[in-house]
Amino acid sequence: MATNVTNMTLIDAVRAAMDEEMERDPRVFITGEDVGVRGGVFRATQGLIEKHGEKRVVDSPLAEASIIAIGIGAALADLRPICEIQFADFIHPAFNQIVNEAAKMYYRSNGAWSVPMVIRAPYGGGIGGGLYHSQSIEAFFAHVPGLKVVVPSTPYDAKGLLKSAVRDPNPVLYLEPKKGYRAIKGDVPDGDYTVPIGPARVAREGRDVSVFAYGMMAYYAVQAADALAESDDINAEVIDLRTLLPVDKAAILNSVKKTGKALVVYEDNLTMGYGAEVAAIIADEGFEYLDGPVKRLGGPDVPAMPYSHPLESAFMPTPETIAAAIRDVVAY
Amino acid sequence: MANKPTKVMMPKLGESVVEGTVTRWLKSEGEAVEEYESLLVVSTDKVDAEVPAPATGVLEAIYVQEGETVEQGTLLALIGEAAVETAVKGDPAHAAKATKEQLHQAFENPHSRPDLPHRAVKAELVDVGLNGAHSIESDANHMTPVVARMVAEHNLDVMQITGTGRGGRITKKDVEAYLEAHGIAPAESELAPWEQPGKGELFSPREGFAAAKPAPKPMKPQTPIASDTNGIPGELVQINRMRQVIAEHMVRSAHTSPHVTTVFEVDMSAVMAHREANKEAFAKQSIKLTLTAYFVAATVTALRGTPTLNAQWRDDGIFVHHVMNIGVAVALPDGLIVPVIKNAQDLSLSGIARALEDLSSRARANQLKPDDAQGGTFTITNHGVSGSLFATPIINQPQAGILGIGVVEKRVKVINDMIAIRPCAYLSLTFDHRIADGTTGDAFLSAVKRTLENWADV
Repeated sequence: MATNVTNMTLIDAVRAAMDEEMERDPRVFITGEDVGVRGGVFRATQGLIEKHGEKRVVDSPLAEASIIAIGIGAALADLRPICEIQFADFIHPAFNQIVNEAAKMYYRSNGAWSVPMVIRAPYGGGIGGGLYHSQSIEAFFAHVPGLKVVVPSTPYDAKGLLKSAVRDPNPVLYLEPKKGYRAIKGDVPDGDYTVPIGPARVAREGRDVSVFAYGMMAYYAVQAADALAESDDINAEVIDLRTLLPVDKAAILNSVKKTGKALVVYEDNLTMGYGAEVAAIIADEGFEYLDGPVKRLGGPDVPAMPYSHPLESAFMPTPETIAAAIRDVVAY
Repeated sequence: MANKPTKVMMPKLGESVVEGTVTRWLKSEGEAVEEYESLLVVSTDKVDAEVPAPATGVLEAIYVQEGETVEQGTLLALIGEAAVETAVKGDPAHAAKATKEQLHQAFENPHSRPDLPHRAVKAELVDVGLNGAHSIESDANHMTPVVARMVAEHNLDVMQITGTGRGGRITKKDVEAYLEAHGIAPAESELAPWEQPGKGELFSPREGFAAAKPAPKPMKPQTPIASDTNGIPGELVQINRMRQVIAEHMVRSAHTSPHVTTVFEVDMSAVMAHREANKEAFAKQSIKLTLTAYFVAATVTALRGTPTLNAQWRDDGIFVHHVMNIGVAVALPDGLIVPVIKNAQDLSLSGIARALEDLSSRARANQLKPDDAQGGTFTITNHGVSGSLFATPIINQPQAGILGIGVVEKRVKVINDMIAIRPCAYLSLTFDHRIADGTTGDAFLSAVKRTLENWADV
C-alpha cells in the first residue's frame, strides 16, 4: 500500500518502478547496453544488478535489433522483459523487430500469442547531445497499431505508468524525457500504485485556451501557463497527454469544448509530428467548439538537432516561446 | 471596390510588454504618410520606439491621444487610401446589386470568373451580406464555428456584438458577454464555472474599435505649481514614463529583497596590461575593448562558482538560471536603462566587448529593441565612470545580485613590504540576503578579484 511520499527526480521514479516490479514479479528482467554494473548511461538501472543479480539485469551487445528481438523471444516464453534503448536515437535498427514482430504478434496469432515487453528509451533534446542523442521518435511509433506509446512528464506518472507498462500484456514503448530526468522533481508515493495507460491528465486547469503537450513540453507548458496567469491574466489549461497511443480523445475534446481554443506543443519536427494528429482530432470532432484555428508549436523541419548551443536553444520550444504561442492563440 | 482603411495598432513591444504610452504623434489627422515612415513615438517601461506607418495613405483618424497608455493590440489610428473618395463614386445600391450578381455567378461556377480573385470574392460577399454597413476590415466579419453556433442558437444580430478578437473578430467570450449583458440565459443549463460568461479584466476588450472610441483621459496639469504644501517656492517637474518606472521598480526592489553589500578592492594591473596589449588588435576588428568587458567576463566566471547569485527568489524555491544574461546599466540623459548581454556564458572577451558596444551605442541612440532590455539574470553598474569610489546599488528585480564597479585609479599599495603604485578599483556586490549569505557574496567577489588580478588570455 502506498502510504508515505518521497520527493524524487523523474529518473529516480523510473528506477523505483523497475526495482519494485522486479521484486513483485520474478519474471521481470532488464536488458540493454551498459544497464548492469554501469547502471545505464543515465544511471536509471543503478544498483539493480547488485540487488537483483546478473541474471535479471543483463548487459547486451551494442545491437538494438538484438535487444528487442531477445525481449520478444523472452516475452513469448512468458518472461517480462524491460528493454532499454540507451538513446531513442538508436532505436531505428530495431524498427523492424518492434513494428513487424512485437506490435503485430497478438493480432497475427489471433490472440494466441502476445509480447508483454516494455521498451524504455530516453528521448528529446536540450541537453547538448546533438544529432545522435536528441531525437524525438514518438511520431514513428505512435503510427503503429498494436503498440502503446507512453511519455511521462512527472515522477508520479513515471513510476505509475512504468508499472502499468510492465504489467501490460502487449508491447509498450515507454519514452523518457531525458532533459527532465533530474530537472523534474515531484512527490511519489512509496510502494505500489499504478497509473493507467490511456487517460490524459489535466496538468493545469484553465478556461481560455487548451494546451496539449507531453514529456518535457508538458512541463514547460505548465510553466508558461503559470507565467501567463500572472503576467497576462490568461488562464490556460494544460493537458499532459502522457499516453500517445492509444490517444485520449475525450480528454482532448472536453478541454476544447471548454476553452474553444487549442495549441499543441511538441519538440519533434513540426511537419507530420504527433501534434498533427491532435490537431486533426480537434478539427474533425471538435469543430463546432472552436473559437479559433488549432495551432501547433514544434521544432523546425531540419534534419537533426544542432550541436551548437545557440542553435539547439533556437530549436527547442521553451516556456517563453510556448507563452508567446498561447498569447497568439488567445488573441485570435 | 472600396478600399478598407489600414489599422494602426499598439504594437507588441516585447516579450513581456503588454502596454505602451503614445508619447508623440509625428503626423496629424489628414496628413499623408508613406509606408514605413515613422508615424508616432511609443514608450514602454523599457524603451522608446518609433512606430512606422503600416501603409501608404492619409492618416484618417487618431484614436489614442498623446500621453495615453493603452494595451498592446489597441487601435491607435486609421490610415485611408488617398484616392478612396474618387474611386467609389456612383450609386452604392446599384453597385452592391451588381456585385451580388457577380458573386453568385462566381460562387456557382468559380472557374467562370478567373478575373475575380478568391479573396476579393470573400470580402465582397461579407460586405453585401451586411447591407453595406461600414466594416473596418473583412476579418472582423468571419465567425468561428463556436460563435456561429451560438449566434444561430440565440438568433442574435452580430452587428450588435462588439468583437474583441484579432482584427475585431467576435470571440466566444464576446458572445457570452453580450448574452449576459442582455440577460439572455445561455442555452444549456448546469454550466460549469468556466462556461459562465466572464467578468473582470480577463474579458475586457483588448482591441478598440472605431465605434468604441474611448473618451480621452484628462491630461495631467501642465502648469508649474508655484509652491509646495508648506509654502516653500519651487516648481513641479513632470516625470516621464522612464522616471516613473524607475521609481516604481526601486521602491519595489527595496521592499522586496533584504539588501546586503560587500566590498572588495581589486588590483587592475593585469587587466590594464592586457587591455593595453590587445586594444589595437580589437580595434582592427572594429571592437572597442572597454574595462566593462573584463568586468562582465569576470562576473561570468565568478557566477559559475556561485550559481545562487544567478538566480531568483520564488515562493517555491530559488530558481537558478542556466544561462547568464548580464545586464549592464547605461546612463541616459533622463534616466538609465539596462540592456542585457544574452548568454554571456557562451561569449569570449571579444564577443562580450562587441555586444557591449552594440547595446550601449543603441541605448544612447534610443534604438534598443524592448527585448534588449529584458531577461537579465544579473546586473552590473559601472558607477565609477562618474568618479564614485564605491556604491550600494539596488537590486534589479527579480535578480539576486548587482555588481557595482568603482572608479579605477592609481593607489598606493603595500606589496611584499614595499610600497607600489597600482591601478585599483572597489567592487561592491549587493545581494538578496534571502537567497545568499555573506560567504556566498564574498566567494563571488573573491572569484571576480582573482580573475581580474590574474587576467591572461584564455
